[in-house]
Amino acid sequence: MHPDQRPLTRDLRPDGEALSLPGYERAGGYQGIRQALRLAPQEIIQLVTRSGLRGRGGAGFPTGQKWSFVPLGPAAPRPKYLAANADEMEPGTFKDRLLLEATPHQLLEGMMIAARAIEAEIAYVFLRGEYVLAAQRIQRALAEAYAAGYLGGHSFGADFSLQIYLHTSAGRYMCGEETGLLNALEGKRANPRAKPPYPQTSGLFGKPTIVQNVETLCCLPHIVNHGAEWFRSLGLAADAGTKLYGASGKVKRPGLWELPMGTPLGVLLEEHAGGMRDGLKLRGLLPGGASTDFLTPRHLDVPMDFTNVEKAGSRLGTGTMIILDDRTCPVGMVWNLEDFFAQESCGWCTPCWSGLRWAERILAAFERGQGAESDLEKLDWIVKFCAPGNTFCALAPGAVEPLSSALRYFHDDFLAHIRERRCPYRGGSNGNAGGES
Amino acid sequence: MLSADERREIEAEIPRYPQRQAACIDALKIVQRRRGWISDESLRDIAELLGMTLDELDAVATFYNLIYRHPVGRHVILLCNSVSCWIVGYSRLREHLRRRLGIDFGETTPDRRFTLLPIVCLGACDHAPVLMIDQDLHRDLDPAGLERVLESYR
Ligand SMILES: Cc1cc2nc3c(=O)[nH]c(=O)nc-3n(C[C@H](O)[C@H](O)[C@H](O)COP(=O)(O)O)c2cc1C
Ligand code: SF4
Ligand code: FES
Repeated sequence: MHPDQRPLTRDLRPDGEALSLPGYERAGGYQGIRQALRLAPQEIIQLVTRSGLRGRGGAGFPTGQKWSFVPLGPAAPRPKYLAANADEMEPGTFKDRLLLEATPHQLLEGMMIAARAIEAEIAYVFLRGEYVLAAQRIQRALAEAYAAGYLGGHSFGADFSLQIYLHTSAGRYMCGEETGLLNALEGKRANPRAKPPYPQTSGLFGKPTIVQNVETLCCLPHIVNHGAEWFRSLGLAADAGTKLYGASGKVKRPGLWELPMGTPLGVLLEEHAGGMRDGLKLRGLLPGGASTDFLTPRHLDVPMDFTNVEKAGSRLGTGTMIILDDRTCPVGMVWNLEDFFAQESCGWCTPCWSGLRWAERILAAFERGQGAESDLEKLDWIVKFCAPGNTFCALAPGAVEPLSSALRYFHDDFLAHIRERRCPYRGGSNGNAGGES
Repeated sequence: MLSADERREIEAEIPRYPQRQAACIDALKIVQRRRGWISDESLRDIAELLGMTLDELDAVATFYNLIYRHPVGRHVILLCNSVSCWIVGYSRLREHLRRRLGIDFGETTPDRRFTLLPIVCLGACDHAPVLMIDQDLHRDLDPAGLERVLESYR
């Protein structure tokens, strides 16, 4: 593949070390921000809008459009803020880790461009506390960037002044939710905020704020350098750019690959992940982290982009797939997922904290062989109860996506648990060990 | 009482935010790094330093998975129990720890060498199953590999 077809990972060092500032610049780094500084903020926003860039944090919201709601010009409230969302706690997701550890300067440059576009003066990298190596590398990259005069004021010989700080969090899924992240940065519990007002007009400390995923930000230097048309042309199907795709579970080669947006699911699974481990068959998969609907073997032709995965009844989410094989219990897997969501619920709305824990208890009963037909109706009811619009944030609607699709695709498995009064996948009586091999 | 060191390190975080309270996570982590956990006394001292009420700070402290409001052992084992690790055999690691150390989630060995806690997806699912001990990530573990890893934490 032509190197410019995988811009985000093209220059990774084979030894896994981070690119230093000089190394990054030798590979063409910090040219994007220099270019961006010759454009007016509005022009950067238009460029990014034309590029078709959609947010890589899971929701796929068009990035340029998101920025267009930020008030610009001398009358706008100040300071304005930018936060790089590096909380990455969606189970099954491990893509931002690579960018944070291997190319911290690419992230910083992306942040500079985004900050320029919305005229932000202060930015935070909001990093999950467990990413210790990433923290060290970002800290070092920040020191290099400040020492080079790229941060801190009057940078690049222009009227560009940006402070970037690293904030390491202390572990809670809700911190990754846009407004929960803002509360966390303010030193409060990471409960979400009511919208409106939207963060673009009233966000961090009440000021206009943009929260953007790490991978989204890393696309920006390349869009500025090579143009909107080039970025669009990278995509194979409906959406633009490249995507960091991942696969975990019982495939031969779990891993992470930057590939054209819209690479078909089957190609990812067979060519890149090496297919299933010997003796196992594909049963289903979550295409983009824990909070996406299952897809099944009949979806292998689906191009993995926001538009097409949605047409297939799921969401691209984070683009890191979790593979379910035919020897792992789908009910047990969903039990594991709902236990996660119930635990990470912030407790604000009833459908979420009570509904998800209830679902988890029911699924636990199934795994113990104590499920009943009437429980399936209860699970359906919880799915409806947690639908979008009934809760304050997207955690609960996301939580029931794997549940509702499992009820649809793996209905026979639920019935087998009821009929046999045990988990048919389990040898012994071993905890939630449906996934043992 | 907070030590002079702790105070200095916390004060250094404050200017990065427009409000003192915003530094509370940093402060909790700074104190915990030195003392292992956050006692009621530490909580009071930090709240006072940052101009927060005790309730406000405790609400934050108890919200986070990585802030410990109870004493822990010399080393904390964070075992990932999320979905990808679950699929490829997290429970074998949990079982091994239960057998070798006699502890399950939330427990500390009698010699205070290890505390075992569950943790959500550590973002290393392509190397599942994984766990962290203190600041170190250990990947692609099976019981034998885990045994070797444990040996290096005394
Ligand atoms: C419960 C929850 C957790 C989230 N966690 C993350 C996260 O860890 N990282 C992330 O980039 N987005 C996360 N999001 C999505 C953010 O709310 C937000 O949409 C995203 O950061 C916007 O960036 P993007 O437009 O570049 O994708 C989460 C959303 C929810 C509801
Ligand atoms: S949906 Fe869940 S996580 Fe989101 S606000 Fe409601 S209770 Fe909190
Ligand atoms: S599920 Fe364990 S590291 Fe992701």
